[in-house]
Amino acid sequence: MKNPKKNAPKRYFDVEEKSSEQKEQDVEVYNIKNNKRTDNKRIQKRKPHKNFKGKAPIDPEKLEAHSRGEGVGKGVKHPLHAAKLRKKERKYTYAQEQAARAEILLTEDHGGLEVDEDVKTTAISQKIIAENVDISAATKIFELNLDFGPYRAKYSRNGRHLLLGSKKGHLAAFDWVTKKLHFEINVMESIHDISWMHTETMVAAAQKEWLYMYDNTGTELHCVKKMDKILRMEFLPYHFLLAAVNEFGFMTWLDISIGEVVGHYNNHLGRTSVIAQNPYNATICLGNSKGVVSLWSPTIKEPLAKILCHKTPLTAIAVDNRGMYMATSGVDRSMKIWDIRNLDGPVQHYRLRSAPVDLEFSQKDMLAVGLDEVVEIYNNCCSQTTDRPYLRHRMAKTITNFKYCPYEDVLGIGTRSGFTSIIVPGSGEPNFDALESNPFQNKKQRKEAEVKALLDKIPAELITLNPFDITEVDVPSLQEQMEAKKKLLYLKPKKMDFTPRHKKKGKTQIARKKIIKQVARKEFIEQAKEAQKALDLPQPESAKKPSFGVLDRFVPTVKTKK
Amino acid sequence: MSKMKIKVISRNPDDYLRATKRDIHKLPRNYDPTLHPLEAPREYVRAMNAVKLERVFAKPFIGNLDGHRDGVSSLAKHPSRLAVLASGAFDGEIRLWDLAVRKCTRNFVAHEGWVRALCFTPKGDTFTSVGDDKTIKTWKSEVQSPDDEEPVNTLLSMSVVTGVTHHRSKPIFATCGEHCQLWENTRNEPVKVFKWGVDSLHHVSFNQVEQNLLASCASDRSVILYDCRESGPLRKVVMELRSNALSWNPMEAFIFTVANEDYNLYTFDVRKLKQPINVHMGHTSAVIDVDYAPTGREFVAGSYDKTVRIFESLKGNSRDVYHTKRMQRLTCVKWTLDNKYILSGSDEMNIRMWKARASEKLGVLKPRERTALNYADSLKEKFANHPQVKRIARHRHVPKHILNAQNEIRTIKQKAKRKEGNRRAHSKPGAIPFVPERQRHIVKEDE
Repeated sequence: MKNPKKNAPKRYFDVEEKSSEQKEQDVEVYNIKNNKRTDNKRIQKRKPHKNFKGKAPIDPEKLEAHSRGEGVGKGVKHPLHAAKLRKKERKYTYAQEQAARAEILLTEDHGGLEVDEDVKTTAISQKIIAENVDISAATKIFELNLDFGPYRAKYSRNGRHLLLGSKKGHLAAFDWVTKKLHFEINVMESIHDISWMHTETMVAAAQKEWLYMYDNTGTELHCVKKMDKILRMEFLPYHFLLAAVNEFGFMTWLDISIGEVVGHYNNHLGRTSVIAQNPYNATICLGNSKGVVSLWSPTIKEPLAKILCHKTPLTAIAVDNRGMYMATSGVDRSMKIWDIRNLDGPVQHYRLRSAPVDLEFSQKDMLAVGLDEVVEIYNNCCSQTTDRPYLRHRMAKTITNFKYCPYEDVLGIGTRSGFTSIIVPGSGEPNFDALESNPFQNKKQRKEAEVKALLDKIPAELITLNPFDITEVDVPSLQEQMEAKKKLLYLKPKKMDFTPRHKKKGKTQIARKKIIKQVARKEFIEQAKEAQKALDLPQPESAKKPSFGVLDRFVPTVKTKK
Repeated sequence: MSKMKIKVISRNPDDYLRATKRDIHKLPRNYDPTLHPLEAPREYVRAMNAVKLERVFAKPFIGNLDGHRDGVSSLAKHPSRLAVLASGAFDGEIRLWDLAVRKCTRNFVAHEGWVRALCFTPKGDTFTSVGDDKTIKTWKSEVQSPDDEEPVNTLLSMSVVTGVTHHRSKPIFATCGEHCQLWENTRNEPVKVFKWGVDSLHHVSFNQVEQNLLASCASDRSVILYDCRESGPLRKVVMELRSNALSWNPMEAFIFTVANEDYNLYTFDVRKLKQPINVHMGHTSAVIDVDYAPTGREFVAGSYDKTVRIFESLKGNSRDVYHTKRMQRLTCVKWTLDNKYILSGSDEMNIRMWKARASEKLGVLKPRERTALNYADSLKEKFANHPQVKRIARHRHVPKHILNAQNEIRTIKQKAKRKEGNRRAHSKPGAIPFVPERQRHIVKEDE
């Protein structure tokens, strides 16, 4: 018999040619011989090279930071689906490892203060910092003395531009790094709050009556009369929503990409000017005069959650970037740190010298606290109790607000007489992601990013407490299950009442009280009768009335008390 | 101050800006999750956009090949050349096409009456055609001299031949008509004749993997399996209505799919014919032809309801439906061997070329485009079960007559189901058994 053709196509199994003595039989016999490929033995792993020990180990903390949660585990029973999920999870862990490994490629180092153990960092003043850093960094400490009253300041999302708005109507925007002025106008009205829009070409100012929008040359683009008497504003960049709260307690979410109000309702809290956004889930935190912090989303007209934080009116709220901690302060001169995902008691409780004007978390979770004329910066104050601030900066003017500059070690303070910029080493994220926000972007990149951001605009309905809700399994309610079953069944469905029945056991409160009273009265009468019997008092004889015949009806009847 | 070290972020713009205008922009990345908040909703929005764009770009029709003077009756694809296609028409004409330039390269009248079937030999140098005139003719694929225009070989059959298929490696081909006949190229008489009752067969197909196996569709509503090494047919399965065409799965040798007159397609396992492994629904009229993709994961079906539907071989409902205003009843469909195109021949003399994946971009993709599409694909997969995403991905606009027919079929099915449910509810338990859909359409299996 000939050998099998060499050119024959390879298959999963080869047919072994039968030997000559077998050929004489009538029955054709095929011996199926396994190929090496289908052998069950696993290919043995190569021995590691003596000079190369394999991949570098990954820091478990970094790995944890990039984790997208634990896998499904052994919950899936069907082998096919389990295998599919395992395959998927292998991909996720691979991505997690790659992301953690990629941290080695980050170019910039984060800032910090290194001092001897006995020296306190609190004492380090801006002057000392300016002397010890390079010239370009030292230019970040500056002060603007402006005449038009208390100023509010806000940085753009990439940290490159600064917007100033004063109570007396001064509105200015500039590139604070190069100090190039975009525009400077006086709106001739009071400005209550200011905000950057999605790019640095548009700003919003809440003026005396309405909300106005200006472009980067100071031209008025819109006057939004739907939003009046605004006190505070927050811009949600991923939703293109401008959230505002006005003097009468009305909250408004304006979609600035289409110019439509997506949520407008009264929060029934009265006048509140303490507002912060939670960057983790884009909810708005409002603090009212009763010390309650409430979380709001545009589509639900009740607060998503409420916490009683202080027993006094609130002065400021701040939420950190990861959405883990919330700092609140009240006029009782206390500051509390809360775990915002788990609204139990405060994680930390600090007592301060005076009531804070403003609170602000930096990208690296340094908390700035404004106390009249002093800014104190706390480091690691959330997970552990710190007894002294990391830095303290005194100014001879009262503070209105402050903001950390994103991707810089800079804190910008709006004051009664202008603007002050100070350096806080280690507060900013040193490595920016250019596809998310790029301080060095040019015009073309900005336009490109704007289009991309608009395509990825998240609908307002997706603002929930847990932003990962959308990726979770939708468990249908009993009612939905029954309705699905009804569709399958072709028979008359069973009637079911889904509204929960709160059975009133017995009568209502008022009726019950009445019954109790009646029973008590009956008992009292019985007792009185008994007592009278026991005493055996003679019945008072009813005196016979003299009769006047027909004229009896004119005799006045004497009411006898029973 | 004794020892003090102050480090502050101080970026040199030169590290972040490109040096010249010809450089690419520097884009430092940082994958820290805190810099990318709201990951889940943003991914969801991107998935929505991706699935919408997929529908926007779903333009499957590439072009048509016109030239036939009568309806197209059969198609045959060349086994090794992607651009060559042979088509036969109801007027007996055969045309050869160059698909790359969409031109007819050769045409001749081959038969009197219509060309029933066409098939290429495995090498692709010749092809065989059978017609209503009881002849089986073999032609050269390429014409070098005028002599090549004439048939290489003409065989005469005793009865009308309705189908032809070629063995994968041996010089054997099978025809069907009154019986299934096996021919060798050199002989004038059939080598073997398979008979099973008095039936007429209208389609026959060789298995291309288990090469000796072939199956045919008979007009007595049965599908018959043969082994060309044996003397008689192997098995047959009788269905409620007759099957029009049959296609073997090129990757799983034991699987085949039949296009049935009852609007459905049935996928069978050769080893267990009693019950199909899947019923593919969606057409609103008789399914005329079916052809597997070379991957074996999908197949295409052409129907009398003027639409082409693409099914995934493991799923019961169609993945896509193709139709045009002018396309009439389908007579034949083919999935090209590069897994990219679908060819359909129809009553109104045209052969149409479609993309197998409606929104796929043809031509070379740049790497960034490729990665963007891959990202979109994985997002679509991740959010595939979200109601909005699912709705958009599933929605197809169909002509009014299809929509009306779908509604009618739905009503009929629901009515039958309701009635059965009511009967079950009002009779003795167990008197009306539950018959699964897969068993409902099979009458019996014979050996």
